This record gives sequence, structure tokens and C-alpha cells, in this order.
Amino acid sequence: MTDQPAGSRLVALCDVAEVTEDTPAQVDHDGEVYAVFAHDGAYYVTQDLCTHGPGNLSEGYVEGCEVECPFHQGKFNFITGAPTAPPCTDALRVWAVTVQDGKICIDPAQA
Amino acid sequence: MTSRPMMPGVVVIGAGQAGGRAIEALRGHGFQGPITLIGSEPHLPYERPALSKEMLLDTASETIAWVRPADWYAAENVRLLLGATATSIDRDARAVSLNNGTVVFYDTLILATGASPRALPVPGGDHPRCHTIRTLEDSRSLRTHFVPGARIVVVGAGFIGLEAAAAATSHGCAVTVLEAGSRVMARGVPPRISSLYAALHRSHGVELHFGVGITAITGPENAPVVECADGTSIPADAIVVGIGVVPEDGLAVACGLAVDGGIVVDEHGRTTDPAIYAAGDVTRHYNPLFGLSLRLESWQNAQNQAIAIARNIAGQNIVYAEVPWFWSDQYGVNMQITGLPTPGATTIERGDIDGFNGLLLEMTGNRLVCAIGLNATRDLRFAKQIISLGVDVDPAKLADPGVKLADLLRELKSR
Repeated sequence: MTDQPAGSRLVALCDVAEVTEDTPAQVDHDGEVYAVFAHDGAYYVTQDLCTHGPGNLSEGYVEGCEVECPFHQGKFNFITGAPTAPPCTDALRVWAVTVQDGKICIDPAQA
Repeated sequence: MTSRPMMPGVVVIGAGQAGGRAIEALRGHGFQGPITLIGSEPHLPYERPALSKEMLLDTASETIAWVRPADWYAAENVRLLLGATATSIDRDARAVSLNNGTVVFYDTLILATGASPRALPVPGGDHPRCHTIRTLEDSRSLRTHFVPGARIVVVGAGFIGLEAAAAATSHGCAVTVLEAGSRVMARGVPPRISSLYAALHRSHGVELHFGVGITAITGPENAPVVECADGTSIPADAIVVGIGVVPEDGLAVACGLAVDGGIVVDEHGRTTDPAIYAAGDVTRHYNPLFGLSLRLESWQNAQNQAIAIARNIAGQNIVYAEVPWFWSDQYGVNMQITGLPTPGATTIERGDIDGFNGLLLEMTGNRLVCAIGLNATRDLRFAKQIISLGVDVDPAKLADPGVKLADLLRELKSR
């Protein structure tokens, strides 16, 4: 018995202890690579691949709720997925996070 | 002669990364007047780094990063004059003449003409199998030769030449690199990194020779031969020439703007004519962070200097002052360089440099002046912040992998 809406299928990506504000985590789950961020006591999940080029956002530089891609130093708001600095123009996919038993969980189908 | 319109607006000469980003930023920062883009290539602005990397590695497909898609220019009402070359600037009339007879007037002019590869200055240097890499067509044409067994001779062991060598090797070509100097990437990295990369290329089968002078390119159209000063002749299927670039500053020279190995601009991107700005590879610009005039050949500079001048034209007051940053990809190793390579600096190693996973840090006294990261993108970014702070830092902490650079940066900022 859970409180989840019908059809929601949560999967655990990693432990909360694996993510700090400075160091996002990269998680490969079922063919999708995610970047997991921490900010102000909450957690956020985006696609790991930058929408501009082959940069991994989990390797990026975090300032506030923005992540700077290590490849070209474009930026995204990792809460909304919106691009915030060139050269990035296309938004990231983001997933709503649920923390259960110290694990960061998402429903992969609900990007 | 066409007459001058009431408000001719901004004209950009050069449809590369700098020109494209300038236009994007003009519209993004509220400039609503007319914008005209003049470019010699038939293409809309695109990013050039892939031309010596992805385009040569994956010869079956094209990964072109357009600054903006075609419909964006239409939606933003940007007049495109592509496939046309500006031939002169009349500063009194504030008009640009094109090679097709068109005259374009401006209120404000942006010169974003970039830099062009230097041709091999020897007899036969214009052999049809001599390739430089600047345009999409250059890259498309070169890669047709990247087939198994092809003999590729690379002249110049700089970043472009080595990226081409790495790509050619991945296609099974027999690659020879000829360098006039004594080590690879000598302008950009210290000897420690040069040695490492020389060994990396040799381990992939590249023949690498130093101190080689080239006297001529001979041979028929489809079978060039590289003639060396020591009498050696090296037959090739294609020759890649990567011996540096020259700024495309001829228009600026001809109309009397200050030029000193690049168009001279101040920290706002202004030339010596207040109606003319310049951005990107073509500029020699004053960087207040270092108190130096710099000419940079980099993607970052092309983008961010262009954005800064666009904002100034749109009415803001932006000083362009950034720590230079650059990258190169060879054999899956991502190298990033930030700061100013400083000959004679003391160096610190953080992580496993021999294993291509760490930082090489250059110090002048207790100041971090340059960092080179090998597959170490995040640490490199913290190093860039530390360089831009311009404060003393304890070398022992930089060298200690147990000290997180994020923490060190926080400590330095809070001082």
C-alpha cells in the first residue's frame, strides 16, 4: 500500500549521501543517464547529457540552482531544466523527486 | 550608389561563432533596430571546434552545432548576406562595400572576421592535397582521405594538427607528424604535458618527428610528396597543414583602425572608431584581470566577447574580463586549459597526470596562473575560479587530493 498516484512507478537512483551541493551524482538506470543535484536541502534530477553537446552535467560546476556544463560552460537551472546561459538553448528533461528511506527516487516515465 | 537609410542599425561582418553570438545577444538584450549579417561562407553561423574533432572522427555523419537555426534569423528579422565578402569600409560614410557590388550602411559595425589558417610558405604549399581546417568544406574535404591505409602527413604539432592526427589514426591511416620545434603544443602547454602527448600519439602508431624543416611539396595532383630540409622525401595521400592562424584584420588595416597583430579593442570591445566594435579571434583585446592585451584563438572568447560587445551596443556597460579557457580532445582524453600558460612557472601536479586524470597547475609565487586538466573537468572549473580571484593560495593544499578544490575555493573567497 502506498500513497503514490495510480501508474506511478518509483525507482531509486541513489542514496542521498551520494550527492552534495558541489558534487552531483551520475546514475545510469535502464538505458537513461541521470544527473542528481542537491540544493537547499532538496534533490533534483535532470538528464545528464547537455542539450548542446556531449557534456555530462553531473560533472558540471554548481552555483545555486544552476549547473554549468563542463564541456562548453553553458548553464541550466536544474530545478526547471531551463537553459540560462549560452550556448544552451534547449531545456533539459527533469523528473520530480521523492525521497524514500534515504534514497532519491523518480518515476522514469514522468519526465 | 544606394542612399543611406534613416536607421541602418548594426552590421556584422563575419558569420562565425562571434558574429552569430553577437546577433543572438543583441536581440536577447533588447536591441530592436535592423541587423545585417555579412558572411563569406554560404552557411549560417556555426561552431568550429567539431571541424577538427567529431567531424573527422565520425566521417559518416555531420555534427554541426549551428548557433541558431535558420528560422530564428527570420523570426528575429536579421538580414542575411551570406556568400558575400566585405571588401572595404568607408568610416566617414559608415558604409561597407561587398564583392557583389552591394553597399551596406551602418550606425554600428561589428568586425567578427576571425582568423585564417596560415598556408605552408614553401613552393608547392598550395598543392591540392594540402588541407587546412577552418570551414565545414575544409573538414568535409579532408575526411574523404581518412580511410584505412591512407598516408596522412600532418605539418605542425599544435592542437589542430594533433586532433587531425588522432582522428586519422582512428580510421587506420598511417600518420606522420612533422614539427619544426622541439615538442608538441609548445605554445599552450609546459614540457611535461608535451612529453605525455608525444608518447600518447606514438603509442597509437603516429610517427612523430621534431626539428623538421619543410622545403617544398612536390608530386602530381593526387600524389603529393613532402620534401624535408634533411633531404628526406615523404609521399602522402593527404597533407594536413596546422601551423597557426593569422587574424583576418585586413579590412581594419585598410580603413585605418589600430591593428597590432589583431584589431586593437579595449575592455568594452571598442576599436579606435567609436562606431566600430570587434570580437573573437580577430581582436587583440585588453583584459583587466591580467593587465595584458591578448589575442586568443578560442571558442570561449569568440562567444563571450561577442556577447559583451552586443550588450554594450544595446546600451549596457559591460567589461569583458574572463579567465581564458580552451579545450582539446585527442584519443578520448579531454584536455582543458584555463588561465595564461606562463613559461618558467613552477608546476604542481594534482592527481594522476601520467594516467591522464588530474591537474597540472602553474604557479607564479603563490598565485595560481594556469591550470591544465586531463579528464578532470570539474576540478579544472574550480581552478579557473581560483585563478580569477587573484589571491595567494597554499601550493601544498592545491597538491593534496584530500583537499577538495570546492572547499579551498570557499576558504579563499571568505578571506
